[in-house]
Amino acid sequence: MSLTLDRKDESAAASRTATPPEGPPGARNLSGAHGGGRTRRRRGPRRPLPAAMALYVLIAATFALFAVPLYWLFSSALKPEHEIYTYPLTWVPSALEWSNFSEAWTSAPFGAFLQNSIITTVVGTGLEIGVALLSAYAFAFVYFRGKMLVFALMVGSLMLPGHITLLVNYITISNLGWLNTYQGLILPGIGSAFAMFLIYQQMRQVPEELVDAAKMDGAGHLRRMSTVVIPICRPMILTATLIVLITKWNDFVWPLIVTSTSDMRTLPIGLMFLRSQEGYDAWGPVMAGTVIVAAPMLLVFFIAQRRIIGGITAGAIKG
Amino acid sequence: MTTLLQPIEGIRPRSSKSAVPQRTSPQIRRRNRKDGLLFWALILPNLVAIVVFGYYPTVYNFVLSFTDWDFVQPAPVVVGFENYVELFQSGSMLMDALRNTAIFVLVAVIGTLFGGMAIGALLAQRLRFSGLVRTIAFAPHMLPGAAIGVLWLFMFDPNYGLSRWLFSMFGMESPSWTTTSDFSLWSITIAYAWQRLGFVAIIYYTAILDLPKDIYEAAALDGARGWGLFRYTTLPLLSPVTFFLTITGIIAAAQTFDIIATLTNGGPGTSSTTLPWMIYDQAFVDFNIGTSAATATVMFALLLVVTLVQTKYASKQVHYS
Repeated sequence: MSLTLDRKDESAAASRTATPPEGPPGARNLSGAHGGGRTRRRRGPRRPLPAAMALYVLIAATFALFAVPLYWLFSSALKPEHEIYTYPLTWVPSALEWSNFSEAWTSAPFGAFLQNSIITTVVGTGLEIGVALLSAYAFAFVYFRGKMLVFALMVGSLMLPGHITLLVNYITISNLGWLNTYQGLILPGIGSAFAMFLIYQQMRQVPEELVDAAKMDGAGHLRRMSTVVIPICRPMILTATLIVLITKWNDFVWPLIVTSTSDMRTLPIGLMFLRSQEGYDAWGPVMAGTVIVAAPMLLVFFIAQRRIIGGITAGAIKG
Repeated sequence: MTTLLQPIEGIRPRSSKSAVPQRTSPQIRRRNRKDGLLFWALILPNLVAIVVFGYYPTVYNFVLSFTDWDFVQPAPVVVGFENYVELFQSGSMLMDALRNTAIFVLVAVIGTLFGGMAIGALLAQRLRFSGLVRTIAFAPHMLPGAAIGVLWLFMFDPNYGLSRWLFSMFGMESPSWTTTSDFSLWSITIAYAWQRLGFVAIIYYTAILDLPKDIYEAAALDGARGWGLFRYTTLPLLSPVTFFLTITGIIAAAQTFDIIATLTNGGPGTSSTTLPWMIYDQAFVDFNIGTSAATATVMFALLLVVTLVQTKYASKQVHYS
């Protein structure tokens, strides 16, 4: 090891000495729900060349397994028509054909789909997180006898599979005259046990002294919630928001049954109808439509992946 | 989602340990009554939504399963156990759906467990580019199932899809994945496994990074290495995670709908009809409300068993710390 180390090498060297050469890697570099630092690139132990090469072949194969279909999606959306329907396959489009997007956009009301998706996702997420925040705060900070019974009732709703509530919720919404409306799309989804539970767990970590100090200053519950508790829990609230957002954007079966006209459909449903409308052979526009449906969530994921992965995996590992 | 199926342990009422004196003075009682009102006010929106759109439908669905209705008749007609008797006759749609669901869930769960563990272990080797691979592997888990379904529909296309390319490398012709009953169930299984695999891999990856180092040091002193080290040290240490992924995997796969709706529509025939598809198909295509409700009840009962197994054994998991 060299004697003059810059900062990065130093920490890498430190971790190398701290980790037994054949043990599993030490510190997790995938940060959990609490934010945490950036991934530092660390190299494993030195391996004999054939072993290292075998590992790199495996990692390349893994990369291909996930990247090729995604690449295929984007490249097909941009391929000129004849390059989609010729064999052998074209891997790199000879020209970028943006007309697939305009064709998808005009052959189905994608503008309306996009608007409906944005409205239902944003409003639905806002309401669900708001509702979750209020109840999480109540469970964490407001005294009430028997509240754990109510808590168990609410968290127990996670055991109800979506398909058992489907039929009756359809009947309820239909009786309210809300079929094919935004309230019909949004309201059945605002009850939250998942986000509430996630935020509640974070709220229990808030030091009691801080809340008590605010109380001494004469702050009421709502004030304490908005000025002390919510700012401290912001990372977890953000994580929960992102997960709820993705779930709502991807939602399929409820929008499918509750909407009946194309001007009320959301993107995933619109995509399905675009596919059946264009028939099996118009793959260019259909792939362009698929990109329109998939790209926003991919973008959200690439921007906030640490937080999203951390939030989703946190509960799985820590028993 | 995933987090939720963990045992809910130590739900301690937070403020109960703060000053609540034994002998409640009038002031405290008044404060508590005020807190009680506030409690209900804060809880109400969530509670109402969960009861109205969660518990009530579950109960009423059970009632509907003993009736016959088509949305058009003014009211459901009570028929007793008729729906269930019809469902469980041999050769019924439910039998096909149960078999398909079982095959789909088993293959998808076992496949993603093995594949995910291998990829997770590979990612934990701290190679160059593994950060990139981690990101790209997790990305499908973020995508709408409808987009995954349509993308794979294109890739499965025997004339223009990647499937033709892949099979022609071995001098074979691509099967008609989504339109023949021999392959339709496999097409949804493959597409679903592709969506889930990265998620399972990242869970294993994170778990492997969290494994206790001292056990490895001890095992290394005892001369364990390579496969033996993995078989007798890593694998048992990962068993809680494997258990968790098995249970959540079963629950998630058993409820898959969007990929089926975009890839095969449950067909041809009933060859890729699973329980969720049948529930949808019976209610909103064939308008057999009673049959759909009874199918939903069967599915609920099956998933409840899985969930109960989880809650029973989750607390007895092998603990490593």
